[in-house]
Amino acid sequence: MGEDADTQNINHSFLRDYVTEADVITTAEFSQTGDLLATGDKGGRVVIFQREPESKTESCGQGEYNVYSTFQSHEPDFDYLKSLEIEEKINKIRWIPQHNAARFLLSTNDKTIKLWRVSERDKRPEGYNLKDEGGKVKDPSTVTSLQVPVLKSTDLMVEVSPRRVFANGHTYHVNSISINSDCETYLSADDLRINLWHLGITDRSFNIVDIKPANMEELTEVITAAEFHPQHCNLFIYSSSKGTLRLCDMRASALCDQHSKLFEEPADPGNRSFFSEIVSSVSDVRFSHSGHYLLTRDYLTVKVWDLNMERGPIQTYQVHDYLRSKLCSLYENDCIFDKFECSWNSTDSVIMTGAYNNFFRMFDRETGRDVTLVASRESGKARAVLKTRRVRAGGKRRKDHVTVDSLDFTKKILHTAWHPTDNIIAIAAANNLYIFQDKATSGMHRD
Amino acid sequence: MSDLCQYKSTEALRSGGSCYVKSCASQQERTNMFPKGTKRKFSDAGDEATDEHPASVKMASSYNLQRQSLLDMSLIKLQLCHMLVEPNLCRSVLIANTVRQIQEEMTQDGSWQIMTEALNASQSPADRLVATEILCRPSARDQDEEAKPFSVISYESCHSEEVVVDDTLCSVSPETPSTYMPGSLGVGPCWEEEDPKETSEEDEDDDEDCGLRSEEDEERLEEDSKTTEQVFGTFEIKNPVPSPDPALEELFSDVDASYYDLDTMLTGMQSTPKMGPYDLLESLSSHGPSSISSNSSCRPDLNELDHIMEIIVGS
Repeated sequence: MGEDADTQNINHSFLRDYVTEADVITTAEFSQTGDLLATGDKGGRVVIFQREPESKTESCGQGEYNVYSTFQSHEPDFDYLKSLEIEEKINKIRWIPQHNAARFLLSTNDKTIKLWRVSERDKRPEGYNLKDEGGKVKDPSTVTSLQVPVLKSTDLMVEVSPRRVFANGHTYHVNSISINSDCETYLSADDLRINLWHLGITDRSFNIVDIKPANMEELTEVITAAEFHPQHCNLFIYSSSKGTLRLCDMRASALCDQHSKLFEEPADPGNRSFFSEIVSSVSDVRFSHSGHYLLTRDYLTVKVWDLNMERGPIQTYQVHDYLRSKLCSLYENDCIFDKFECSWNSTDSVIMTGAYNNFFRMFDRETGRDVTLVASRESGKARAVLKTRRVRAGGKRRKDHVTVDSLDFTKKILHTAWHPTDNIIAIAAANNLYIFQDKATSGMHRD
Repeated sequence: MSDLCQYKSTEALRSGGSCYVKSCASQQERTNMFPKGTKRKFSDAGDEATDEHPASVKMASSYNLQRQSLLDMSLIKLQLCHMLVEPNLCRSVLIANTVRQIQEEMTQDGSWQIMTEALNASQSPADRLVATEILCRPSARDQDEEAKPFSVISYESCHSEEVVVDDTLCSVSPETPSTYMPGSLGVGPCWEEEDPKETSEEDEDDDEDCGLRSEEDEERLEEDSKTTEQVFGTFEIKNPVPSPDPALEELFSDVDASYYDLDTMLTGMQSTPKMGPYDLLESLSSHGPSSISSNSSCRPDLNELDHIMEIIVGS
């Protein structure tokens, strides 16, 4: 990676034609094998893309992602008690590891989690004895011989059906769901509580973390994200609005209010301002694939933590430090509350996160180099190479440089996803989804 | 406005850089406020409080102004919210923490007292400005200090409703549809009234303000609170949703009204909120004086009420 390494080859980009608010993408997630990519939007819809099998005739031999299925996951709801609407916006989607031909995913809005089954049907039986081709029942007296029905190929049909609805588990807004490595349970986290569910049981859930104070007036901290450890089914992490991470062990007690480990970077007293706490709020936390590290995103930085070291991150990367002097404006227009996600690559050597102006950033942990890329219509042409960008604090305009003042804060890349094994990334920019693939011969190594 | 402008180019601003002043200016333009009289008092207070060196005096006042702007901006943020959907709790918590931080700092350097006195003095029904009561609960250490209601100027949103301070705090009668001062209600963000069984003392005007917030009264006196200073924010609405019928209160009394405060707090400012079933309650209840309703056994302590009244009225 490097500024001159314009090595990302865009295979395909999906530009939705609609510009309505409901089409804004709110989450994106690859399945465990990476052949499916699910996105959720503000209108409560889920669109699943499938990677086409690699074609030997294509020059670069990489599959494209095409729409596989679209369905309405959540509908707008109304809480009659509080007289408030419940948005149908999909906050998170998580895939269940595959066990059979069918695929399962969990999708959640602010209040309700749903388990969806996605299956294919491409065959149908023909040659019934008692029914004719049209399906009408035949008069048995007309049947003179017996035949065995045969399965014949038909056009592929993707069927999506809701299998479970996990409702009424949360008083506050659900911000995270995470499937346990045991593939039987999952956690859902809202602002103040984390619940443990069994995928097969919808009328009960266990509350495993509750940080709601007895006196709500004393509330100063909320849960912002939570995730299970990728290998250890008893461990999970959750992050808070004060910038702390808590690792909890479910073997220790039923209610994990006491953390096993507390990860917190001591605040720099010389750098304190009224916005210090807000920018330290962690918006996303991810375990590395190896399970040894954590990746967190706060407003201005991404940090890598070692699970064995609680006193501070082992690496800190500045995402857009030039915004540090603009915090007041960003507070005024609420941008300071934007929640950016972050991702690991398959080998845990590169991390990625989004920023403003449709920029997204990648940091190579091994070389220390970083790059700023932009997801835009220009880069959306097939096979176009992504251009890197640099942001300057001020001064004269230069080619490929963008000044801080010209940044568009309405164009934010909050949701990104990295393919579990390949160098393919999905970037959601408002209602557009960009999928970028790495050329096989690029500087980014494929394993 | 001009006072603020003169600081724009000269001062090194401590928090946020030069954009802060610009943003404050635009905030003011949008929200049509910053009374000059009050501002001069700020400057004066700031000047008095600092040493004689003119540059540092300017700097200190500028910082105070910024801080004040930030405080006001934060209070507005807490007040204004998407009325149809539950507001973002994380955002509200972060803003409230910012308000607390400012308030603590201002209390430490004594400007909190000055500010509230100045604002109290400048209030009048004829004022176009909206005044928000802020009640500070003193820390456990200052038990001897009474809970003082402070008022801070806040800004009207683009809403056409004009909220006016009604001096007669307690009574809301059909003849004065503009609201009263809810006084000591609730914590700034008022996210939840957790335990309604706790006694609430400063009940005086409760419900009218956050019409929808029927049951809870957030008021807690310092002896109830185990926390250090809390900042309360209350909001008045012009045509308040009248408090619901006590009978209905009973009906809903055992319901977990976890978001009621947040709801009313953050939606109360809007006119005729589209609060479906709540309209029913509105129509059922009278427009009479606020019934001190809560789903608990809380009843206003009239002595407390009088005391608060005294303080607010300034006698």
